[in-house]
Amino acid sequence: MREIALHLMDIAENSVAAESRNIRMDVVEDLHTDLLQVCVADDGRGMDVETAKRVLDPFYTTRTTRKVGLGIPLLKLAAESTEGGLSLETESGKGTRVEASFRHGHIDRMPLGDIGTTFLTLLVSYPHIHWVFMYQLKDKQGNLKEFVFDDEEIKSALGDVSLTEPDVLRFLRGMIEEGIAALAPQTEF
Amino acid sequence: MPAIKSLEELKRVREEALAKKQLKATPGNVQVIVAMGTCGIAAGARDTMKSVLNFIEAENLSGVTVTQTGCMGMCEQEPIIQVVMGDQPKVTYGKVNAEVAAQIMKQHVQGGSPLKDHVLPI
Repeated sequence: MREIALHLMDIAENSVAAESRNIRMDVVEDLHTDLLQVCVADDGRGMDVETAKRVLDPFYTTRTTRKVGLGIPLLKLAAESTEGGLSLETESGKGTRVEASFRHGHIDRMPLGDIGTTFLTLLVSYPHIHWVFMYQLKDKQGNLKEFVFDDEEIKSALGDVSLTEPDVLRFLRGMIEEGIAALAPQTEF
Repeated sequence: MPAIKSLEELKRVREEALAKKQLKATPGNVQVIVAMGTCGIAAGARDTMKSVLNFIEAENLSGVTVTQTGCMGMCEQEPIIQVVMGDQPKVTYGKVNAEVAAQIMKQHVQGGSPLKDHVLPI
């Protein structure tokens, strides 16, 4: 994986597979404290204590198509290599929350990447899920800007029209791209 | 927050999308499925998906559903996509980068004839 945005997509796929109805994805870039935090929280089937321990093992997976899982351990490694870390909270039947933190200015921190495309592709691929995306940026002086995208209003306004109709797609992409662009002079280098 | 203005715009978009849909003869439901397991994502499946969505936008292609699925057990062939046209059998393509995805969209989804290349024997 070359982008944090791709890791987020991967973790969100776990949430979808866990039969979640609501999935929330947060990205917080804080230049003031030199932190980048990302989080995927769902209300899916969750895990018991034993399973929660095992998901950190790269060779654990619920899939039957191959014998390695890799998703969470890869993100954990990426976070730890920037003096950050990964935390996992889960409860059987309630849901799961995966949070990873990175030192923002660390030389080994991979770029956040194309977070807008990650949001858009998840949104249109799984229309039965209620998605909330949040992207927050705090500059060095501590000024905070945020973009929150909650698909509830959009879906009720659209009714039976599919999210992948060209006009709708154009609208959604514009909304997400503009929302993210309004946040910041890009801090990636 | 500009949400209210945006929602009004969205309602207009919805009306237009509905009107356009009625004008076109429906060729049956078309489904494009992108495999998005860890292997797929690492191999570039998000760019493949982006290319599919861009094609729909650029060509104003109505009536296509785009969904995702997990790892299909052929990680070495990722990115993988499947195309289902109406009641025709599902066609599975392997090593579908953004370019190949656009080609599949043009020739198979829009043109109706599956590609010879990149087809996986499943």
